[in-house]
Amino acid sequence: MEWLKTHRNDAILIAALLLAGGALLLWLGLTRQAGGFAQVRIDGETVLELPLNEDAEFVLGEGEHTNTLVIKSGAAQVIAADCPDQVCVRQGAVRYNGESIVCLPHKLIVSIEGGGSNGVDGSTG
Amino acid sequence: MKASKVAQYGLLTALALVLSYLESLVPPLWVPGVKLGLPNLAIVFALYRLGWRDACVISLVRVVLVALLFGNGAALAYSVAGAALSLALMGLLKRTGKFSSVGVSVAGGVAHNAGQILVAMAMLETARLAWYLPVLWISGTIAGVLIGIVSGILVKRVPEQK
Repeated sequence: MEWLKTHRNDAILIAALLLAGGALLLWLGLTRQAGGFAQVRIDGETVLELPLNEDAEFVLGEGEHTNTLVIKSGAAQVIAADCPDQVCVRQGAVRYNGESIVCLPHKLIVSIEGGGSNGVDGSTG
Repeated sequence: MKASKVAQYGLLTALALVLSYLESLVPPLWVPGVKLGLPNLAIVFALYRLGWRDACVISLVRVVLVALLFGNGAALAYSVAGAALSLALMGLLKRTGKFSSVGVSVAGGVAHNAGQILVAMAMLETARLAWYLPVLWISGTIAGVLIGIVSGILVKRVPEQK
């Protein structure tokens, strides 16, 4: 590889970045756990906490800033939104602890919390 | 400022803007924020052909224009953070003289993504977004390699203006 000889520092930088990113990704993947509930925050405030073991559908927000959130078979997914970019809809379902769906235009975050053994199993409502 | 420099500023800013628009047409992949960073072609070119300060000005004008034309106020904060961190790191790496446009652009790509995530984390008051970091880290590296190679060729091939 001619390129590697003339671009040694570039190659080292690229390899180091890929290794660091890969290691971080691997660590996140190995330590992931199915979540207990979906926490809904709008503009930094928690507005809802939905257990993932109960199927449900909610329209979040008001006026022309709404996202439709569906909880189904242990996963949360935004199925519709009236924001222009539709990033949250395209993202699909999340189910593991720490994952989140973000709608930046509406300042909405749906994050999966409370995974592991002490999930919602013990709650009696 | 010489007229030829004004013209180059205008050209590169327009080019960066068009590339931003082109990229906004590509639908996002499953992880928001994974993209090629096409506008960076113009910025890296400006960095090598004109200099660091000129690249900063062009990048800032691009970010503000993009926010005015296609985005909103919130998006402006993310973009400015990404662009600023990216240019700071690219400038530093270029000054060491140890990296080619590929290494410089890789650092810029990763820094751009990291800057945007950090500001989003601060604005939305959540550490949850850190989950995206490794994915955007890797995608930024790959995008940076491609942009670095192409802009390196451009700097070599496009004739210098006097």
